Amino acid sequence: MPKIKPPVSTPRIDMTPMVDLFSLLLIFFVLTASFRPQEAAMIDSPASISEKQAPDFNLMTIFIDKEGKVFFNVDNGMDSTTKFREQILQKMAERYEMTFTPDEYDLFGRLSGFGMPLKDLKGWIHAENSEKREEFQVGMPFDSADNQLGYWILYSRIVNPRAEVAIKGDADASYMTVKEIMDMLQINKINKFNLVTTFVTEEIGLEDLPPEN
Amino acid sequence: MAQIQTKDSGKGGKKRAKKHSSEIDMTPMVDLMCLLITFFMLTTAFAKPKVMVITMPEKDKDQTIKDQPKISAERTLNILLAGNDEVFYYKGQPTPEKPMPQLVKSDFSKDGIRKLLLNWNRDLFTKITEYRDKRLTGEIIVADSTFNNTIKEMKLDDKKGPIVLIKADSAAKYRDIVNIIDEMAITNIASYAIVDIGQVEVMMIDATKAGTPLIKYPVIKVK
Repeated sequence: MPKIKPPVSTPRIDMTPMVDLFSLLLIFFVLTASFRPQEAAMIDSPASISEKQAPDFNLMTIFIDKEGKVFFNVDNGMDSTTKFREQILQKMAERYEMTFTPDEYDLFGRLSGFGMPLKDLKGWIHAENSEKREEFQVGMPFDSADNQLGYWILYSRIVNPRAEVAIKGDADASYMTVKEIMDMLQINKINKFNLVTTFVTEEIGLEDLPPEN
Repeated sequence: MAQIQTKDSGKGGKKRAKKHSSEIDMTPMVDLMCLLITFFMLTTAFAKPKVMVITMPEKDKDQTIKDQPKISAERTLNILLAGNDEVFYYKGQPTPEKPMPQLVKSDFSKDGIRKLLLNWNRDLFTKITEYRDKRLTGEIIVADSTFNNTIKEMKLDDKKGPIVLIKADSAAKYRDIVNIIDEMAITNIASYAIVDIGQVEVMMIDATKAGTPLIKYPVIKVK
């Protein structure tokens, strides 16, 4: 009689719970994902205790980086059919007597923040990859000689009157630059600004009151 | 797992063709899922940016100085931001008739400008904090909008707290202005405004930094 051999079975791990968990996680992430748009510049915003959230749409954002370079972004509105960005670019093109092809309008509509003179915008639209695109971000001219930022703001207001303004400045940006931008916005009758900040908690209560003297 | 045990026929005589296990190999699926999850985790922006709302008074070119709201000098606190985290403050308004108000140096730390603001705004701060604490402990139950409106009314009724004029020097950073507005929010100051810095104030800062504070109202050179 040969020895009774126990049936050889390869050790197997039951992957079903893992797959279940992964599916759940995946579904969660797919549903909650709101993509982080590519930012025009690295900006380290200052901290504040404000808990108010930035609006999701109808927002134009002005970025001010450390060196005082200015970038601009405006969204397409709540509905992807409104194509605010394309309309704004059309008005800019008219103002500066430039022509863009329908393809360029379409691409521009899908891109995000930018900061360059309008003549370089075509190069930015057509850039092959994000690295090449970055090279075009030299800052938007906004001095009195060539106030392109002013026109972008003006036309954004005309195309989408409900657009709010957010200013995302670097903590180390000079206040003078920010003030210039704010003055420009006030000329365009925008008196309410959302300053983008990072959230910190700072709770003080009655016990923090200095003793009465 | 979906595994079908293939029974041995018992006798080792006939050899049957091995039945193919009907198990599905899930490894590629798991691999793919791992990749997708990593992708979504990295691209998702969880924390949406927070904003601080400031509303500036409308700028009107036709507005003359006469139209500007008058504020009592006793309640005026001027905060001058001089950059490098330096803050100066003085009370009242400098006029040629009166002795010059002296600048006091302060900073953004807990014992800096906040102490002064809390001390001055004691009544309103106590009122708002008590109201907030009552709501937190559940003593009173109100909706968010009512809560905010009540605080707004408390601020409007305030007659004792300082009226803060924030003036930033050309050396000031964006951080400073956000910090000081934040201080206003923390200490529940009812009225504050960001105003342009005057020529006299720039002179006051320079003189104080140099160690020789102005005693008399300076003569302003017209450019």
